[in-house]
Amino acid sequence: MRTGEGRSTATGCGHGAMRRYRGRFEAAVGLKGRNMSALRLEGVSKHFGAIHALSDVSLSIEPGEVIGLMGDNGAGKSTLVKVIAGNFAPSAGEIFISDTRVEFHKPLDAQRAGIEVVYQDLAICDNLSAAANVFLGRELTRRIGPIQILDYARMRVRAGELFARLKSETRPRDLVKRMSGGQRQAVAIARALLSDAKIVLMDEPTAAISVRQVAEVLNLIRYLSDHGIAVVLVSHRMPDVFQVADRIAVLRRGRLVASKRAADSSPEEVTGLITGAIEFA
Amino acid sequence: MSDQRKRNSVPTAHSLADVIDQSEHRGLLSRLTSQQTFWVFMAAMLACLALSLLTDTFATERNLFNVSRNFAFVAIIALGMTAVIASGGIDLSVGSAVVLSSMTVAVLMSAGMPFWIGIPAALGVAILLGAVNGILIAYAGMPPFVVTLGMLSVARSLAMVLSNNKMIYQFGPDHDLLLALGGGSTMGLPNPLIVMALLAGITGFIFKWTRWGQHLFAMGGNENAAKLTGIPVRQLKVSVYVFSALTAGITGVLEVGWLGGVTTNLGQGMELSVIAAAVIGGANLAGGVGTAFGAVVGALLIEVIRNSLILLGISTFWQGAFVGSFIVIAVAFDRFRSVRQG
Repeated sequence: MRTGEGRSTATGCGHGAMRRYRGRFEAAVGLKGRNMSALRLEGVSKHFGAIHALSDVSLSIEPGEVIGLMGDNGAGKSTLVKVIAGNFAPSAGEIFISDTRVEFHKPLDAQRAGIEVVYQDLAICDNLSAAANVFLGRELTRRIGPIQILDYARMRVRAGELFARLKSETRPRDLVKRMSGGQRQAVAIARALLSDAKIVLMDEPTAAISVRQVAEVLNLIRYLSDHGIAVVLVSHRMPDVFQVADRIAVLRRGRLVASKRAADSSPEEVTGLITGAIEFA
Repeated sequence: MSDQRKRNSVPTAHSLADVIDQSEHRGLLSRLTSQQTFWVFMAAMLACLALSLLTDTFATERNLFNVSRNFAFVAIIALGMTAVIASGGIDLSVGSAVVLSSMTVAVLMSAGMPFWIGIPAALGVAILLGAVNGILIAYAGMPPFVVTLGMLSVARSLAMVLSNNKMIYQFGPDHDLLLALGGGSTMGLPNPLIVMALLAGITGFIFKWTRWGQHLFAMGGNENAAKLTGIPVRQLKVSVYVFSALTAGITGVLEVGWLGGVTTNLGQGMELSVIAAAVIGGANLAGGVGTAFGAVVGALLIEVIRNSLILLGISTFWQGAFVGSFIVIAVAFDRFRSVRQG
């Protein structure tokens, strides 16, 4: 199963070009037709000293699939997200993206491989405009003589297009400080669209916003899914997860105790799995 | 942070849209009047006007020449300080950076070195000092307050060691050139004022139009977010403290020429005026906010007040009370505004 070929650590600058090349290759030999996973974890473990935060987690997510990752506090959800996002290197196990093995040494590696994280606190700068936040760290520039200056006009137009695609009322020029929770989510998700992400990790996106805005965020998740982007949704809120998730994965004390279609499960069963009342599903 | 988010999520879309509409359809005047810099500028202009009417000494060419030169020194460093404050830090060592760089140029030139060795060496020392500050803050994770407070003491002490605590007023073969640089004028304008205007223009441009500026404000607004988006936060921090120290170094070199001699108490307590200028000019000590123009206007207001105390015959002992009160008022002003907006 694990051949040495096709191994790639997502560190080099030429990775994008390689990815494009591989895409053509796969299209040519018809590999795309097979069930390629967007993200696959095999036997991923992470321990901090004697504490086993994750033990032997294997999970596969298809393109466009929304997976609801659930579990009690300390069950290992955040650790798993951080391993996928390149914040932590796993102690054991392997990560595959589009069936290519990857090794992340820092979050930037994961980002280059097509993983975007929408953090719980959104990782947004309140003092900057929506457009500036979308392009933060990868600003568009243009050249005037020997100097590179920021191309505000182009960034605003691009950000405006992204917000329009997301059907959000967010305006590129507005300061994030004055925005609603739903609009902030749109800014964070627009970042993911901009980078052409294949997998979006969302950590408690609906934890601290109003009911109306929750609906907005769930729509954003559906939008991502419709466009072939796999979404890992970490949440405590059962109704939200059941509304958008195709599949529910439950972690308990660092172990994956369930990974089943949402349609075949129920909030009662998931609650049982989270608490341990149901051993395994 | 989470409190703030909860607060922001409360308004309905209707009221939010209203607020945005209002803010967008406000005229130029109301947009101007919402800027702290505008009010500080008006205050400075008003003070100038009042002084011209109340005294017959303010509006003389000689006094204005002095005021503009004095204010240029504070304003140049306030530009660097604004960058540091906007990035979420503070630099208390600028006064000592001034004396160390001016002492470097003085010692080298009085030993017979030419102009073109002395000045780069002085600026190099300032850059080194800033780099040490920045590395300790960014890589060792120490609080800027502590690091730069330590540097305040270390750098001044080094200046004393360098000069053996003597006054230097002979600058070797290029003596006249050095004095002309800081003390002379070009086309009727004092040289420090010209340097200040140039630096303010460059700094303003960098803040607004370069990635460095954008990243600096992002880091000041939310350092964690900046880090997560892949901005090299540590290198950025070092560069910010180097920039601040460099502005102090430039001031040091110019001040030697203006004063015609250097003693080790040069720049003592200057950090207070500089921080005051930056804060009065709208830089937010919590980070993420500040403008180059604001720094200049803040420095102008402080110098006009200082000058007015002298001209009106009020004891200069009051100076500290005024400058200190203005810092508090500026921060209070900002606080009220953010409460109203939030």
